[in-house]
Amino acid sequence: MTADAVLRAQGLTKRYGGLVANDRIDLDVRAGEIHAVIGPNGAGKTTLIGQLTGAVRANAGRVHLAGRDVTALSPARRARLGLARSFQITNVFAGFSALENVAVAAQARAGHSFRFWAPADRDADLNARAADALAQVGLGRLADRPAGALAHGQKRRLEIAMALVQAPRVVLLDEPMAGTGPDEAADLLALLGQLKGRLAMLLVEHDMDAVFSLADRITVLVEGRVISAGAPEAIRRDPAVRAAYLGTDEAAPGAAGAR
Amino acid sequence: MDEAATRRRRRLIYGGLVGFLLVLPLLAEAAGQGFYISFATRVLILALAASSLNLILGYGGLVSFGHAAYVGIGGYVVGIAFVHAGDGTPILGLLPGGTDALVLLAAAMAVSGLVAAVIGAICLRTRGVAFIMITLAFAQMLFFFLVSLRRYNGEDGIAVWQRSTLPGPLDLNEPVQFYYLVLGLLLALLYGLNRLVASRFGRALRAARDNEGRAQALGFSTFRYQLTAFVLAGAVAGLAGALLVNATGFVAPSYLHWTRSGDLIVMVVLGGMGTIAGPTLGAAALMGMEEFLPELIDALHDGAGDYWKIVLGPLLIVIVLFARRGLAGVIEAAAGAGALRLPRLIPRRPGQPPRRRRTRR
Repeated sequence: MTADAVLRAQGLTKRYGGLVANDRIDLDVRAGEIHAVIGPNGAGKTTLIGQLTGAVRANAGRVHLAGRDVTALSPARRARLGLARSFQITNVFAGFSALENVAVAAQARAGHSFRFWAPADRDADLNARAADALAQVGLGRLADRPAGALAHGQKRRLEIAMALVQAPRVVLLDEPMAGTGPDEAADLLALLGQLKGRLAMLLVEHDMDAVFSLADRITVLVEGRVISAGAPEAIRRDPAVRAAYLGTDEAAPGAAGAR
Repeated sequence: MDEAATRRRRRLIYGGLVGFLLVLPLLAEAAGQGFYISFATRVLILALAASSLNLILGYGGLVSFGHAAYVGIGGYVVGIAFVHAGDGTPILGLLPGGTDALVLLAAAMAVSGLVAAVIGAICLRTRGVAFIMITLAFAQMLFFFLVSLRRYNGEDGIAVWQRSTLPGPLDLNEPVQFYYLVLGLLLALLYGLNRLVASRFGRALRAARDNEGRAQALGFSTFRYQLTAFVLAGAVAGLAGALLVNATGFVAPSYLHWTRSGDLIVMVVLGGMGTIAGPTLGAAALMGMEEFLPELIDALHDGAGDYWKIVLGPLLIVIVLFARRGLAGVIEAAAGAGALRLPRLIPRRPGQPPRRRRTRR
């Protein structure tokens, strides 16, 4: 555990009745790094995301955000302290335009919304920041399109713009590639590559090409436990990972760059 | 579709409706039908109440099935103050009674808002069917509480045979003055609502309606905004209640009955949830049908007028199925489709190409 961790989980545990979903998970994300979490289905990745964002209450363990203990705080409070996230299943305001989705994200970060009179959609500051974030993810020309009418890959980008505009301390990306076609996935990969170094990210992803090309560090979860953690090369060579998660040699991640 | 033209037509339609409301007393008096002034006053008061419900129902997505409770509480503020003004005893041994309209309208808003704050703080911990049921339960509790108050005639309620007093030459006993007061309040409310729902507050509220989990993940403490909307809606409903007592001359627990809450929901749905004009249109439509349909049906088939709701029911179903934004949505569609063809006010400059019509997505 280094001192410059922007997000740190210690001993996170979640039990659903007799089932232990997560068992004493330790993990940290340092400033500017991409820390990937991988693991087979049912490994506890979604529960972990829930615990980090505050949607799922941990039975034990603590979460620190920029040195502050946020274990008892609601998702909204954690978000205002700089924890942004994207969702595994696309989660945008379908009736709002692309621009307004990002502007409302900026608004949420800009302090309380007890402002009752001035029209929010003509707020030059929010709109400028939203337009900038949209341009960064390559959606600048679709700003006026209703979010519900965007293509799947565009919605995934929109989610990233909504996270970016909040200038977060750390972003949790919950399977950003999920459901995208090969071209869309390549575009997203390039986008995340551009953001690397500027933003601390916790990346939960099944796409091994993405994980091994982006991540600075990787944590491997199996059945709710961390079985290995370290640099991508070390993870690739770890026999425990191969045995438990990657299975046979032919499915080894990135071995031949094949998916 | 030409958006500017649509906006122009919409403005013309609503401007025409407001204009009609402004001259309605003159028309009624010219026709010798003074009754319509007091009827229209009641419609506008109910429009106030329905518009306040629309803030939480239409823009907040929270189906409160107890909104008549706040109307009733506002009404009882006027009624109880009137009783104590009459016999000179203090209310709860503390406050003097009174009939000053400005004080009573403010007090009605304050008390209803306060009750809404308490009830809302509890109800807003639930969602969906549970929220509907718990708001209904609180309203019913208040209903039976008022029935049990013997000091205020229980179920029979209070006959408020003197209208609240206004300063100067203003007089609520004058139907025309009363009408314009209510119309002014309604127009002010609708203007304020229009600003409110487009403001940062309104956008946070709408975001929570569309996708509450997402709104929270972005950092909105949705509970605070929803509770604020709930209290604002309760206060305005209280204002409507205080006015309604002045219009009808009595207040009784029936004001809070759950069927009254249902009527308010019907007005909002009929007129158009989440639209500014909708609840007013819905109030006019519902009360208009209630007033005129029985006669009409009786004329067709004697004695059948009591069953006027046989028309209301299917109409509601049609609205819910085909016009999700209610009567306001129908007006929008009419304005958009150019059902009203208007001459251009500013002639096109020679040489300017005709504007191309954009096709619908």
